[in-house]
Amino acid sequence: MHPITTVHYMALSAALLLIGTVGVLTRRNIVVVLMSIELILNAVNINLVAFSHAFGADHVHGQVFAIFVIADAVAETAVALGILIALFRNKETVLADEIDLLKW
Amino acid sequence: MLIDTVFFYFFALMTLAGGVLTITRRSAVHSAISLVVSLLGVAGLYLMQKAEFLFAVQIILYVGGIMVLFLFVIMLVNLDEAAKARQFNGQWLIALAAVAAVGAVGGWFLYHGRGAFRIAEPAYRAIAPGTAGNTERVADSLFQDYLLPFEIVSVLLLVAVVGSVIMAKKRI
Repeated sequence: MHPITTVHYMALSAALLLIGTVGVLTRRNIVVVLMSIELILNAVNINLVAFSHAFGADHVHGQVFAIFVIADAVAETAVALGILIALFRNKETVLADEIDLLKW
Repeated sequence: MLIDTVFFYFFALMTLAGGVLTITRRSAVHSAISLVVSLLGVAGLYLMQKAEFLFAVQIILYVGGIMVLFLFVIMLVNLDEAAKARQFNGQWLIALAAVAAVGAVGGWFLYHGRGAFRIAEPAYRAIAPGTAGNTERVADSLFQDYLLPFEIVSVLLLVAVVGSVIMAKKRI
């Protein structure tokens, strides 16, 4: 059997990114759309950590970048869920395609 | 090496199956639980790549923090109506076709460019005993090379906290 190389991690990360993209583009429930964004960010992190590992076991710059991505994900989720609560209070819906106030 | 392969495919299956279940489940709570499975699979992959600090961060922050936040919001927001409604919007076929096209291009590049990743492969080597551990090296890098971005992230988190509190308030 082949040993696991960086390419395997790249393929896994690409697959996870595509799954997340499908979720963002097709789901109507905003909560699930936000979860799909988490999947996409995790795909990015797998990529960063895999390259960091490929450049040597004592190479941590990719991991530091992954920490920054995680911090961004936390900030984004907190703000997005706050917006979602405000939206639900005003519009009584969490379906993305029913919120079309700016649509002509 | 064989045990590495087995664990990689186990965690990869966990990650991808959790992801697929996340975007296909009707109930948002089921989606959240599937997302936990997926995030735990990603944490296992971090551990396999000797990123022990990120493994802990992934479990504490994502599985422990963000998912609790999601579950709280699922409780606060009434999702019963949404669970009965249609789950996929009208553009799902076009979206699926576009994503499949992007996946085909990406897979083609990965397949034909897999030799290009080999430049980095000889760098695989064991860490000498007595050197700093993963957490210590991450901390060194974070507080020496990336000090300014680190401080900016703290400002970003402060802004996010204030913003989400303002957003969720009844009357501003």
